[in-house]
Amino acid sequence: MSEKPKLALYWASSCGGCEIAVLGLHEKILNVAEAFDIVFWPCVMDFKYADVEAMDDDSIDVCLFNGAIRNDENARLAHLLRRKSKVMVAFGSCASGGSMPGLANFTDRDAMFDWIYHKSPTTDNPDGIVPMKHTDVPEGDLELPGFWHTVKTLAQVVPVDYFLPGCPPEASSIEMAVNAILTGQLPPPGSVIGPDVTVCDECPREKHEKKIKRFYRPYEIIPDPDTCLLEQGLFCAGIATRSGCGARCPQVGMGCRGCYGPNEGVVDHGAKILTGIASVLDAQTPEEVDAILDTLPDPAGYFYRFHLPDSLLRRRARANGEKIVAPASEAAGEPA
Amino acid sequence: MSDNGTFEPVIVGFLCNWCSYRAADLAGTSRMGYPATLRDIRIMCTGRLDPTFVLRALQKGADAVLIMGCHPGQCHYQEGNYKAIRRFVLLRRTLRQMGIDDARVQLHWASAAEGVRFAQTVARVTEEIKALGPLDWPHNWPNEDPYALQEANS
Amino acid sequence: MSEQEKRVGVYVCHCGHNIAGTVDVEHVAEWSQHLPNVVISRDNKFMCASTGQEQIEEDIKEFGLTHVVVASCSPHMHEKTFRNACARAGMNPYLFEMANIREHASWVHPNDRDGATNKAKALVSAAVHRVIHHEPLEPMQVKIRPETLVVGGGIAGIQAALEIADAGYHVYLVEREPSIGGHMAMFDKTFPTLDCSACILTPKMFDAGAHPNITLLTYSEVEKVDGYVGNFTVRVRKRARMVDEDLCTGCGSCWDKCPIKVVDDVFEAGMGYRKAIYRPFPQAVPKYPVIDVENCTYFKTGKCRMCEKVCPTEAIRFDMEDQYVDLEVGNVILATGYKLFDCRRIPNYGYGRLENVFSSLEFERLTNAAGPTEGKVVLRDGETVPESVAIIHCVGSRDKNYNEHCSAICCMSSLKFAHLVMEKTGAQVYNFYIDMRPISKGYEEFYHRILSEGTTFIRGKVSEITDAAHAPDEEGKLIVVAEDTLIGKQRRVPVDMVILAAGLEPRADSQAVGYMFGVGCGDTGFFTERHPKLDPVATATEGVFIAGACQGAKDIPDSVAQGAAAAARVLGTISRREVALEPVRASIDESRCSGCRICNNMCPYNAIDFIEAEGVSRVNPALCKGCGTCVAACPSQVITGAHFTFDQLMAEIDGILVDVTGEMPLVTEVI
Ligand SMILES: Cc1cc2nc3c(=O)[nH]c(=O)nc-3n(C[C@H](O)[C@H](O)[C@H](O)COP(=O)(O)OP(=O)(O)OC[C@H]3O[C@@H](n4cnc5c(N)ncnc54)[C@H](O)[C@@H]3O)c2cc1C
Ligand code: SF4
Ligand code: SF4
Ligand code: SF4
Ligand code: SF4
Ligand code: SF4
Ligand code: FES
Repeated sequence: MSEKPKLALYWASSCGGCEIAVLGLHEKILNVAEAFDIVFWPCVMDFKYADVEAMDDDSIDVCLFNGAIRNDENARLAHLLRRKSKVMVAFGSCASGGSMPGLANFTDRDAMFDWIYHKSPTTDNPDGIVPMKHTDVPEGDLELPGFWHTVKTLAQVVPVDYFLPGCPPEASSIEMAVNAILTGQLPPPGSVIGPDVTVCDECPREKHEKKIKRFYRPYEIIPDPDTCLLEQGLFCAGIATRSGCGARCPQVGMGCRGCYGPNEGVVDHGAKILTGIASVLDAQTPEEVDAILDTLPDPAGYFYRFHLPDSLLRRRARANGEKIVAPASEAAGEPA
Repeated sequence: MSDNGTFEPVIVGFLCNWCSYRAADLAGTSRMGYPATLRDIRIMCTGRLDPTFVLRALQKGADAVLIMGCHPGQCHYQEGNYKAIRRFVLLRRTLRQMGIDDARVQLHWASAAEGVRFAQTVARVTEEIKALGPLDWPHNWPNEDPYALQEANS
Repeated sequence: MSEQEKRVGVYVCHCGHNIAGTVDVEHVAEWSQHLPNVVISRDNKFMCASTGQEQIEEDIKEFGLTHVVVASCSPHMHEKTFRNACARAGMNPYLFEMANIREHASWVHPNDRDGATNKAKALVSAAVHRVIHHEPLEPMQVKIRPETLVVGGGIAGIQAALEIADAGYHVYLVEREPSIGGHMAMFDKTFPTLDCSACILTPKMFDAGAHPNITLLTYSEVEKVDGYVGNFTVRVRKRARMVDEDLCTGCGSCWDKCPIKVVDDVFEAGMGYRKAIYRPFPQAVPKYPVIDVENCTYFKTGKCRMCEKVCPTEAIRFDMEDQYVDLEVGNVILATGYKLFDCRRIPNYGYGRLENVFSSLEFERLTNAAGPTEGKVVLRDGETVPESVAIIHCVGSRDKNYNEHCSAICCMSSLKFAHLVMEKTGAQVYNFYIDMRPISKGYEEFYHRILSEGTTFIRGKVSEITDAAHAPDEEGKLIVVAEDTLIGKQRRVPVDMVILAAGLEPRADSQAVGYMFGVGCGDTGFFTERHPKLDPVATATEGVFIAGACQGAKDIPDSVAQGAAAAARVLGTISRREVALEPVRASIDESRCSGCRICNNMCPYNAIDFIEAEGVSRVNPALCKGCGTCVAACPSQVITGAHFTFDQLMAEIDGILVDVTGEMPLVTEVI
């Protein structure tokens, strides 16, 4: 290869942590800059969408795409970059699983706008203004990207070649991926780049047979530093979450929240956390089970913290059996 | 949905090999009629029920899931059904948060001798689901991606 | 084998009219042609007939089928049949799958042709989707130790032990009571022949006690069971008899002289007494007594030691302690028998309150020549001979409030009682029955004999037994109140004595005992057989068999037959030296196990070990019974449950939910 491979990085619906993670490679970022020709990275340098549109199809060698897809703009760039890139990498938990933005799938756009622009105690919006897809101003029509009811993962919008999970991915994971790309030693397309064991494997805490009578919130107890947190009643998703982070959270006394996603072969991360958690309950009757579970508020929030859009059900059911109105029936004045 | 527009639910059943599957067999040999709404899958024990299976069935269009096994204390493998209870109760709490009515995922017991109970359970669940209406998860949300639609049309 | 290379054959059975009468089988077969990987789909009048089976065999060869689906009856009916057919054509039998469109479709939706047909399509589709993921499996071979454990020394256990011992293999016979014999030892006469119970039982007990191949462990109980078919290790607790069996001659001086009399609730059914050092009955095997330490004065106060003083062989050992014996056996037969229904649970029958209401076992002791009254049938006062006796059938049986099941023997024992009462007292006997069920060989004849002897039979369920007289002739009597359903009238029959033919129930500890051996209990609490018709003495656990009344209420001939049957099953495995176990088992991909240990306490058989050094869990395949509980529990999804794998079941779900309403199967797309 005479020319340096071309690299694009993009930031859709996400917190920006993934961008920081790339920068967090520290001096190794220079290796990246040296090895690649960076053709698109709006977070760091000034590029225009038109620049990308002008590129030939498949002219970008690798695109690291972070962030979930929750509006028309995210989708537009996903489709555009997919067309222009040979290899598409879903970078980080948002792009892979939906992550924090994906938790919006427990509700829908209307309910969310209602809360944010009208009802939340910190809202001060006397005129009740809500973002609109189209707004008439003297200068003409202002357009905002259409805001979706349902957050999607990148792979639900365009085909993805590799997944690099993590919220954000650890520097070591990024390095591994970059090296794999540079040396061409990539797993088969569609793979997650990372080991196929779960966090418990890397977790140094001592594991025993587990049976618990109740759960504790992290602030309620000071856990024993050497024993598995789950055995002590602290929720930990490490049992069902792909390793690669070095068991960061359990190492510091906080149960894993599942950012690295499910293990190889699993189709629903939450279901695996659920089955593991249910297996440690020391109860027989439904009443006893319920009593223990009363100490674990918001189970779905725990199980699908990072992977709700990527789960089998993807989102909450439409309310009262009513279908959510499709934005295909676009009309000016409809919320963005 | 049948031709005349009345809603005939599709219920996916997970029946343990030793009790409920045999109860269903007995309902058959004794020619006890019940609605043709249940499509059953045999598992060795309710303990084998991975919650993923329930989610998959709902995702792929089942209106309800009916899990049936041996009465507590009578599991062929001694306590598989107790483990099923734990998973079931937790799953039900999770599904509530997903907006899925409790009636859509039910756990019941029928021994190998209880063909009647089996048939009655299917009939009852069918009625409950008819009252609730279709779940129709595959069409739970529209595809909101205008670019996907564009690509599909081009 | 790649996905495309898989070639599935589908066979839809008419089962004569059984299926085809409701399900449009031709349409199902045609429709199935369009399912993935299906290369041939046929319908056939009778798949299980030799022509149907041969069709499969031919097609496997001609079309190079790699997987086969038969849509017909329940797999509990014919799965083996079709697996064998596949095997004959050189295919691994586990590459076969069955769709149950008879019991689960045609027979239960007789008036809904469309519904039944659609369901049949869905079930076939499920089977096809699933079978593509089937993999060849081989049964696991394990060696069988020739020793056998028999638990319970009633007639069933004795019979089983003798059969095996006579065939030349060693048996450990564990009995909880001080003597073997069980309930049969309590009876005087047995129906329908009225031959003397002791005369037929005692020789068998003696043989069992003296057999070189039988080790009797009486006054003992199993504490712990480990291992699996062929290789069980069993820990037995031998309770301290306080008598040295090597020295004792069974002379009886000790119990003659022992000053403490105790009501014997077990053998005498509370009708008689025994001493604190006792042997339950004269023909007991073994002949040695035991000291009942709860009632012995020495154990209570430290004084007495009378038995020690009188024992000519100095066999008394007050310092004896319980012993633990570890046995290694290849097979186990449970023959723990039954418990009598507690008649107090029906308060309106007055048992325990009205003194001349007797339970059936009490009556057995009363009429026994070796019993407390030396066989005289008298009232509780010990002398008055009754002039009229009522015998109530079905007490605690066939009644939703107590036991739904029929206890099978009470009709016959009630007839036996009627005969014995008349023979011994000449009293007028009234039998209150719901239905007469003298079903076995010679039983109907016995019923006619009793009829001709003059017993009055009243068909009707007794509502109450009372001593509250309404008329002068009821004064001082027990009045049996019942509706005579043959004449449609309420009747009050005053009698001197009432015998309640109490039902047979499972042992109080049957759940616990079953649990220890991996045997389930059905609704009634009796041990569950592997198949109620085709495999009545085997259980879910390989190598553990059941015989006698622990499997369900039954009489002596049936108990003996089951004892012999269980023995034959055991002898079969011993002579094969090896058994092949179902390969439906769990296994852990250790390279991907994180060692989280979630699965460790899932297994009811302790088949999963945690290998500390490697930080992974491992399944002992011989102990695993394939329930799949650990498979579903593993949050890393690295446990595979053979034949019920994740992929197989997910595919089955996808297959069962295809759209069946059209001419072609339509897979549901998820947006
Ligand atoms: C009143 C009455 C009259 C009857 N008359 C007749 C008759 O005339 N003819 C006829 O055919 N049938 C008759 N029957 C039925 C008969 O009693 C049973 O068919 C027969 O006794 C069943 O034998 P079994 O060996 O299965 O059980 P059992 O006789 O109950 O023997 C079981 C043995 O196992 C032992 N045991 C139980 N649990 C354990 C344990 N955990 N560990 C070790 N040992 C244990 C018990 O101590 C007992 O010795 C009568 C029954 C009743 C109630
Ligand atoms: S603390 Fe969490 S990651 Fe560590 S062993 Fe326990 S469950 Fe596994
Ligand atoms: S321990 Fe869990 S939540 Fe924490 S970084 Fe690792 S995968 Fe993410
Ligand atoms: S007196 Fe001694 S020998 Fe005789 S029965 Fe008693 S213990 Fe045995
Ligand atoms: S499948 Fe798992 S839990 Fe069930 S018997 Fe086997 S090892 Fe035990
Ligand atoms: S549950 Fe799974 S990952 Fe955890 S120890 Fe067992 S086999 Fe290993
Ligand atoms: S075998 Fe039926 S629930 Fe376990």
